[in-house]
Amino acid sequence: MAATTMAVPQSEMPLSAHMRGKVGMWCLIAAESAIFSIFVVAYLYYAGKSLSGPTPAQVLEVPIFTSICLFSSSLTILVAEKALHIGNIKRFGAFWLLTIVLGVIFLLGTAREWHGLIYEKGLTISTNLFGTTFYSLVGLHAFHVIVGATGLTIIMIFTALGHVRQEHSERIGVFAMYWHFVDAIWVVVLSVVYFITR
Amino acid sequence: MYDAQPMSRPMVVSPERAGSRPLVQVLHDWIVTVDHKKLGVMYFSYGILFLVIGGVEASIMRAQLAVANNHLVSPETFNRLFTMHGTTMIFFAAMPIVFGFANYLMPLMIGARDMAFPRLNAWSFWMSALGGIILYFSFIGGSGLYGAGTAPDVGWFAYAPLTSPAFSVGHSTDYWIIGILVSGFGSIGTALNVLTTILCMRCPGMKLYRMPLFAWMNTVMAVLVLVAIGPLTAAQIMLLIDRYLGGHFFDTQAGGSAVIWMHFFWIFGHPEVYILVLPAFAIVSEVIPVFSRKPIFGYSIMVAATVSIGFISLGVWAHHMFTVGMTSYANAFFVASTAAIAVPTGIKIFNWLGTMWGGKIRYSVAMMFCVGFLCQFLIAGLTGIMLSAAPFDWQLGNSYFVVAHFHYVILGGIVMAVFAGVYYWFPKVTGKMLSETLGKWHFWLFVIGFHLTFDFMHIPGLLGMPRRIYTYDASRGWEIWNLIVSIGVIFQVLGILFWVVNLIITFYKGKKTGNDPWDAWTLEWSTTSPPPDYNFATIPVVRSRRPLWDSKHPEDPDWKYE
Amino acid sequence: MCSRSANCGRQNSTGQSQPVKGPAKWALQCAALLCFLAIVSGASASSFAGGPSSTPSIFNPASTPAHDIYHLSLFVIAICLGIFLVVFSLIVYAAVKFRARVSDDGREPPQIYGSNQVELAWTVIPILIVVVLFLAAARVIHAVEDARFPADAIEVTAVGHQFWWEFQYPGYGFITANVLHVPVSDPNHPRPTHITLLSADTDHSFWVPQLAGKIDLIPNRKNEMWIDPHDLGTYVGQCAQYCGVEHAKMLLTVDVQSPEEFERWTQQQKSPAMVSDQVAAGRQVFESNACVNCHTVTGTGANGKFGPDLTHLMSRTTIAAGAATNTQDNLRLWVKEPDAIKPGALMPAMQLEERDVDALVAYLMSLQ
Ligand code: HEA
Ligand code: HEA
Ligand code: HEC
Ligand code: CUA
Ligand SMILES: [Cu+2]
Repeated sequence: MAATTMAVPQSEMPLSAHMRGKVGMWCLIAAESAIFSIFVVAYLYYAGKSLSGPTPAQVLEVPIFTSICLFSSSLTILVAEKALHIGNIKRFGAFWLLTIVLGVIFLLGTAREWHGLIYEKGLTISTNLFGTTFYSLVGLHAFHVIVGATGLTIIMIFTALGHVRQEHSERIGVFAMYWHFVDAIWVVVLSVVYFITR
Repeated sequence: MYDAQPMSRPMVVSPERAGSRPLVQVLHDWIVTVDHKKLGVMYFSYGILFLVIGGVEASIMRAQLAVANNHLVSPETFNRLFTMHGTTMIFFAAMPIVFGFANYLMPLMIGARDMAFPRLNAWSFWMSALGGIILYFSFIGGSGLYGAGTAPDVGWFAYAPLTSPAFSVGHSTDYWIIGILVSGFGSIGTALNVLTTILCMRCPGMKLYRMPLFAWMNTVMAVLVLVAIGPLTAAQIMLLIDRYLGGHFFDTQAGGSAVIWMHFFWIFGHPEVYILVLPAFAIVSEVIPVFSRKPIFGYSIMVAATVSIGFISLGVWAHHMFTVGMTSYANAFFVASTAAIAVPTGIKIFNWLGTMWGGKIRYSVAMMFCVGFLCQFLIAGLTGIMLSAAPFDWQLGNSYFVVAHFHYVILGGIVMAVFAGVYYWFPKVTGKMLSETLGKWHFWLFVIGFHLTFDFMHIPGLLGMPRRIYTYDASRGWEIWNLIVSIGVIFQVLGILFWVVNLIITFYKGKKTGNDPWDAWTLEWSTTSPPPDYNFATIPVVRSRRPLWDSKHPEDPDWKYE
Repeated sequence: MCSRSANCGRQNSTGQSQPVKGPAKWALQCAALLCFLAIVSGASASSFAGGPSSTPSIFNPASTPAHDIYHLSLFVIAICLGIFLVVFSLIVYAAVKFRARVSDDGREPPQIYGSNQVELAWTVIPILIVVVLFLAAARVIHAVEDARFPADAIEVTAVGHQFWWEFQYPGYGFITANVLHVPVSDPNHPRPTHITLLSADTDHSFWVPQLAGKIDLIPNRKNEMWIDPHDLGTYVGQCAQYCGVEHAKMLLTVDVQSPEEFERWTQQQKSPAMVSDQVAAGRQVFESNACVNCHTVTGTGANGKFGPDLTHLMSRTTIAAGAATNTQDNLRLWVKEPDAIKPGALMPAMQLEERDVDALVAYLMSLQ
């Protein structure tokens, strides 16, 4: 038997076991993107095809403020990540909390919008094709924000109890990827629903 | 090159094999396990269970169709039978079986101790299992507990608006939707896991281009699952919104479109068939070289062909929709993309052939199944090409010719490859060798049955017999062909019975075998049979595509040539 | 070409598998395949010989679209058969020629890793074949889908219903069911029939193999197809898209008539329903029951659209979309118990008294 074991240079294995969280999250994001694209396609396909009103132009208003909140939460979570990476738990906690607050503001904004649509403008999921596709697409996104905010909150609780330490930064980074993804999806949903087809 | 230590070590006997333990404890072990090998076996057994259930449903359909104007089952029952048969076979037989192979073998082949996410793995399996249970619960709960005995009857692709509340009352369709939705989450979990395992868990030296082809093909399979199950999930959610919240996605009365469901379904459905066939290719790509005693011919081209099959298969879905009245441009586009798949698939066939060429082929049962696979998949692919010529499909679409085409691919291709895989890896999984005599009975009965059933099934299609009809009139001249088709099923059942008997007998009484009975070359054969919980005592290090060849032929190792 | 010969004897460590005798297996498999091919060609040949048969074989075309498809299909089958013969022979040759012999010395064969020339060959040749296939298919797609029609083409609107066919002749102003009547089309002066396809409920598909390929009838969507039958006769087909319980008994008949006969038929269909005092009792039963909600009989109060138009019921040879012949007994059975003929059909059993049924059937029989 020739030389058996030999050291394999690190550079040979660009992805290794400690990266699996990231890779797994990328896979999840790919699968989720596929789901979202079908909802987006359905929205675009049915745009303007409703047999009766109301139409998007009549009832939709661009949610500028809440969108800004959601987008800036991507920045705050980045700051939090950086802070954890260097072990600054306080700073991490503060910005993590800020991220949650921004996410919740976004959700409240959606809730207000929906309340107005349903009770004042009479648009429900079964009113017409616009209603069906609108509530489905925006709702699917909101559902993801809710899941994300729940995850954020759980981590926040652990932070408050002092269980989050610097060595968790990698795992928390993986979770943050999900939040970034949810934000990125909002770019698509926002432009499709509130700009392109309105 | 691989690390020789595991082989030279004495076999580690894990406690449960040492003596008999109470059944409850054994069951408990299996239920809470996160070990990829146990989960692989569970996936596989679960799939076989459903293969038999789906097979029994198919047999009843064939009994009904054997003669014209038959009254064995009512039209409603027949419609439920083919819906349940198709759904069961695709989602709960074929998928779990190919996932079982990936689960069991992937870590072993790339020198890892487990999957990347063992607990997610268990979760995925139980999701799939739950999906099957939900689907079959429809027999009890379909129209409420009082109307027992209903299953969904919308067909396995459940075209709108047949699934709308107006045409499908009761809950049977809901069980269909939710069962598939839930098992879809499981599939996404498994695919994520397989992909991450392959990317992150390879042993030192196992570069991407040194992975066995099995790993490559399952990589592409996993990617396809990730991008293809999503559309199905999305479409099922929309259907639920229609059925429960009064949405109008597929509600043709309110301006919704029936055709968009078809698009969504087939954007999933077509990649799905490659999701099923790639793992079959993966098995064949491991078995043929070992029994031909040659390395796989054109490794890198095989990889390229696999990847391009993956890509092309995402752009051909509407060949299932040639008859819905698309424009001539759309039809022509999908003719081109569909026929293009023949090129990389042909490359594969030719490379397997090239592997056999000049070899010394040992005909164990596993290899017999592979040769059967080659011939039958060739025919199946060519009938696919006939269907891909859109005008020809205007005649053949939704006829028994299509049914014959896809059973030819699935049974002649996938199931044959799965049988080959079982004969090949059973010694690794159990440490015991399946009987070659019973195996030959299994092979011949199944091949004869297969050809009687599915060769002759093309003919009524050419003679104008549509699919999904519970009866037909004798004056149409289809009767004799249907009779032959039905007779073939008897042989198939016998063949499969021989297989099941072989599995059971061997499991209890089989002859013990060494760790490497086939004189094979990939890493799984370097550890004990069955492998210990941790797979490898020492993580192996490889320097070529055939690490065990290197260690068996130190004077002429592969790595000199790569 | 990166090849090398392994001069290393195979240390057959556990040596489980022995070579098995191959020829018997191959003989059987070849035989099975040959039978298959022989039968496929036999089936097509026999339907050629027998004129209009009731087997709707796609190899017996009688109209231009079906003809075009037929020629394409022969071409595609020939190519596939050619590929099959070549590749299958190679597989059989390799499987037999390179099997390990009993006299084997136990050494490994030369280890070959691949060959770029060969790979190139078996990539390029299939690409060329695919291009040819595509061009052939595209030609027929264009010829059939983008065809133009002469001004005197017959216009028919076919509406699919669970589980029967409605045929509207907008140019003539009448509606009939289940049997499509069209005039024969002289190839020199083609007079095709242009069919608009709609659906009232679920998806269906219009398939009369000898006349044209199938096209689906989809709710909320307008599809089109055309036929120009060259020969007189009756052509059968059936719904080819699963549409519910009785999809199997949604049969379809196309009656190709001479132009004169066709004109006569249209005149008769246009006329209002016969009125006869002899069946007044039956008419009374008909009009005082729910029949009128679902069926139309022109000239009476019956104008339902849910079921087939019955104005000229007796001009059709079958009832219930071909599920039964149109005889007195069958009509009687149908009105009393539709499920006995077509279980799952959407016409309810009307629970009439025997005497009323007799009168009703007499009335139906008068609807010439
Ligand atoms: C599971 C696996 C599987 C596989 C691998 C395939 C492979 C192929 N299928 Fe099939 N197919 C199904 C499963 C599969 N199919 C199912 C389940 C359905 C029906 C679903 C339903 O309606 O219920 C279906 C239906 C289906 C249709 C729709 C028919 C209809 O409903 O109207 C079409 C049409 O184009 C089609 C085409 C093809 C083609 C072109 C291939 C190609 O990939 C084949 C490629 C292989 C070869 C061509 C042979 C080898 C190549 C060579 C030797 C090279 C030289 C050859 C040439 C140059 C031509 N298939
Ligand atoms: C993995 C996929 C798969 C597999 C393996 C099969 C296997 C078989 N299929 Fe299936 N089939 C489909 C997928 C599959 N099918 C799909 C997707 C459809 C479309 C559905 C739709 O239209 O919606 C379909 C439709 C379909 C039809 C068309 C129905 C119709 O359109 O009206 C028919 C008809 O003959 C048929 C027959 C068979 C037969 C005879 C087998 C046989 O090969 C089965 C052989 C196996 C067995 C017979 C099991 C072995 C049983 C034993 C060993 C039992 C002994 C029992 C005990 C001891 C308890 N299938
Ligand atoms: C609820 C609606 C409904 C009512 C009420 C109804 N029918 Fe029908 N009828 C149908 C439908 C639908 C069909 C087509 C069935 C099929 O072919 O699947 C049909 C078919 C028929 C046919 C066969 C027509 C053909 O050409 O195939 C006859 C005859 C007929 N009905 C007579 C009657 C009579 C007489 C009555 C009253 C006593 C009646 N129907 C009441 C719905 C109805
Ligand atoms: Cu109408 Cu099937
Ligand atoms: Cu396909």
